[in-house]
Amino acid sequence: MDNILSITTFMPALAALILAVFLRGEDEAAQRNAKWVAMATTVITFIASLFILFEFDPNDTGFQFVEEGTWIMGLTYKMGVDGISVLFVMLTTFIMPLVIAASWSVTDRVKEYMIAFLLLETLMLGVFMALDLVLFYLFFEAGLIPMFLIIGIWGGANRIYASFKFFLYTFLGSVLMLVAMVGMYADAGTTDVEMLLNHQFGTETFSLLGIQIVGGMQTLLFLAFFASFAVKMPMWPVHTWLPDAHVQAPTAGSVVLAAILLKLGGYGFIRFSIGMFPVGSDVMAPLVLWMSAIAIVYTSLVALVQEDMKKLIAYSSVAHMGFVTMGIFAANQQGLDGAIFQMLSHGFISGALFLCVGVIYDRMHTREIDAYGGLVNRMPAYALIFMLFTMANVGLPGTSGFVGEFLTLMAVFQVNTWVAAVATTGVIFSAAYALWLYRRVVMGDLIKESLKSITDMSRRERAIFAPLVVMTILLGVYPALILDIIGPSVAALVTQYDTALAAAEAATQFAEN
Amino acid sequence: MSADLTIILPEILLSVFAMLGLIGAVYTSKDGLASPLLWATSTVFLAVAAWIGFAGEGTNVAFGGMFVDDAFSRFAKVTILVSAAAVLLMSEGYMSQRGLLRFEYPMLVVLAVVGMMTMVSAGDLMALYMGLELQSLALYVVASLRRDSVKSTEAGLKYFVLGALSSGLLLYGASLVYGYAGTTLFSGIVQVAEEGVSLGLLFGLVFLMAGFAFKVSAVPFHMWTPDVYEGSPTPVTAFFATAPKMTAMALFARVMHDAFGGAVADWQQVMALLSVLSMFLGAFAAIGQTNIKRLMAFSSIAHMGYALMGLAAGTVLGVQAMLVYMAIYVTMNVGTFAFILMMEKDGQPVVEIDSLKMYSKREPGKALAMLVLLFSLAGVPPMLGFFGKLYVLRAAYEGGLAWLAVAGVIASVIGAYYYLRIVFYMYFGEADEERLNGGKSPILWAMLMGSAAVMVLGIINMFGVEGAAVAAALTLVN
Repeated sequence: MDNILSITTFMPALAALILAVFLRGEDEAAQRNAKWVAMATTVITFIASLFILFEFDPNDTGFQFVEEGTWIMGLTYKMGVDGISVLFVMLTTFIMPLVIAASWSVTDRVKEYMIAFLLLETLMLGVFMALDLVLFYLFFEAGLIPMFLIIGIWGGANRIYASFKFFLYTFLGSVLMLVAMVGMYADAGTTDVEMLLNHQFGTETFSLLGIQIVGGMQTLLFLAFFASFAVKMPMWPVHTWLPDAHVQAPTAGSVVLAAILLKLGGYGFIRFSIGMFPVGSDVMAPLVLWMSAIAIVYTSLVALVQEDMKKLIAYSSVAHMGFVTMGIFAANQQGLDGAIFQMLSHGFISGALFLCVGVIYDRMHTREIDAYGGLVNRMPAYALIFMLFTMANVGLPGTSGFVGEFLTLMAVFQVNTWVAAVATTGVIFSAAYALWLYRRVVMGDLIKESLKSITDMSRRERAIFAPLVVMTILLGVYPALILDIIGPSVAALVTQYDTALAAAEAATQFAEN
Repeated sequence: MSADLTIILPEILLSVFAMLGLIGAVYTSKDGLASPLLWATSTVFLAVAAWIGFAGEGTNVAFGGMFVDDAFSRFAKVTILVSAAAVLLMSEGYMSQRGLLRFEYPMLVVLAVVGMMTMVSAGDLMALYMGLELQSLALYVVASLRRDSVKSTEAGLKYFVLGALSSGLLLYGASLVYGYAGTTLFSGIVQVAEEGVSLGLLFGLVFLMAGFAFKVSAVPFHMWTPDVYEGSPTPVTAFFATAPKMTAMALFARVMHDAFGGAVADWQQVMALLSVLSMFLGAFAAIGQTNIKRLMAFSSIAHMGYALMGLAAGTVLGVQAMLVYMAIYVTMNVGTFAFILMMEKDGQPVVEIDSLKMYSKREPGKALAMLVLLFSLAGVPPMLGFFGKLYVLRAAYEGGLAWLAVAGVIASVIGAYYYLRIVFYMYFGEADEERLNGGKSPILWAMLMGSAAVMVLGIINMFGVEGAAVAAALTLVN
């Protein structure tokens, strides 16, 4: 089991290759085979990742299961997980079988569809495990290709625009990060993440094009990485690609996007920005905190007036990601704990909400809120599940949504009370748009003629939701499940961050005297 | 003397082969000989490439420094020979279907390749010019191979007139350099340049650079490229896009480092400017193209910009980056042109991009290979094209040109748009009437698939090309 990480990562890609080479034909049998191969692979990948989780030692704050090999250009092929990344790996492997199950009704180019999702899984897992800058970038960027195809081929009416916007927007954000990585390689002489975490990048203020850069090289590197992760996250005001991508993507694509792809940005912030550029992060933190607060309030208000269900949930995702960035850049134990918790919990909740939309979209082929109403009369099981996730989205205590929001708000309160005050109003707004959505879709009398024959959820659909329901409630009542695993690693990171800041502070004072 | 001849033996053998081929074909006066001759040429190319690649060793100088055989020239030569062989094999079907397969075609290609090999081995301005003209004259004729087509003859003529102009610029620069350095040998010029570049020498340098920029089709000397690419028969376009580009780039590096290696600061800014202009013009101008050959012309202009970025660094890493970039570029272009050659309807070549609508439904395998190549051309990981870009970015950054690296990545995002547009046609469009049929050539198919496979598998270890590039760059820059 020495290379369990590589095995887990590349298993889906291998299955995709097998599908591509051996599966022929477009008939029903071939389609069924493609679905089952994808399903089996994602389940096996999940089981393999369980081995990682059980063997994982939370009290060891270093990287575990490390694999290392030489690669081209003086880079290394290095994989490993620590307390911060291991649960994201679990989230990915957990969500993927549900995504495949939710795609059971796809009939157009099924083989290519499954290949795209399997490749996407490999690339997402790689992002969380990569311990080499370029390897990370490779997985991070390569994920754009399958997602571009998923939106473009299987998406809705306006899919072309959405797919191009998605690709070019995120690509533009990332290329600046690439230049920064090249700069880091030149400065530190290595691309090994473990060594870079202990490398001190320059903090001396210098002048560039007549502008004084406080925090020096660290601030520049921070900004370059910020350009990439803020788009991926997405943060206000560069979030505009997300609603388009979400609305046009097929249900499974939306689920992957919301549950996993959005987490890449947050993970990047924690691993790279906080871990490697503490001074740069500290310089820019007030700006990021205010951007997060604005994001929370602004996108919640925008969500209020949406007429498309997916768009509404997309905007609510942006708001929730605002809590995440806020927690990260509060840069204390609660903040980072809360941010990671919020990301994981949002993975379950938003994924489930998009699946909820998918359930009725499959029946009525519209996402217009006005086209629904009174669904509770014919779909009681659906109404119950939708309510649970609506409440979780609002952050009701007892669901996992509450823990993350509470921790991040508490953390930011210690750092910047005003930001905390503004962000807290977002919680109220989120209740407003989520409950109003629920009322308009589910409650009331069933008066629409078209809905008179709508059927409740099938057994397959209920089976997809069951694990998500369990996780949402379990994490809501017993958050220690997650916090115990991430705690030690986060504590080590926070200590390192504070030490670096204190050292930089001392150096500046020394220079002034 | 005999030692000198041993060193240029590959070039001599290729020349003899070309002459024998010509004599044989003229005496029998049958075009039926063209096809065997083409196969023979490809085989000879590959054999010579293997010979140079495996047997070549150390640095050997012939004719008092006029001809240099070193790791750098061998890297370039192997790339040139292999890509020329690949393009020749790809052209057979296309050319014979359209009655263009005359015996002159492979022979002219051989002569052009001999010229290219001389160019990359030149250690003297005279040898450089000789090789350049041998290459260019052969290429002018090949461009207008389709005599009854207005576009093809126009392409040939345009190429000739503008090529002559650039040769003139180059010669003028060479004469200035000779006048102010007192020698045409690179080894002599470099000594003079190290003591300080006089104004006359600087002028000479700039004219030389203008001439080379024309050959690599760098902005602002690129105007001929789209027209020549469009007008020439497609296999000839494929040839233009590969071997001559590698040659010109290698020659550029050779002259800048061997002759002006001590004056990096004097040419670095010019090179950086050529690079940034090429990248941006290539990226913007390709957006509006509907003809895939013209699109590839602008794409190659942009790619030359990236390769020049490596050169602009003026370091060992820069040359190494350029060589790796060019090797990757040539491989991608062979595959892409194999695909373009397969685009036909009822036996007629089709070049409109929108004819690819829903190509993926009918030809999933070919569409997937092309998809890989397009993302590689755009420099999106995990394809090998990304590593080429990473290499030049690193070289530029470490060479103190961070602004150029930033400009380069921004241009690559703009450039990504038009590659994505082809993906859009192949995968996202609405299915309407069948616009493409035929194109069932096993050779082309193999080239396309092989090239796509290299783009994916190459990221594991680059097939050892990296090591060869390191050795080549180290011998050139010291």
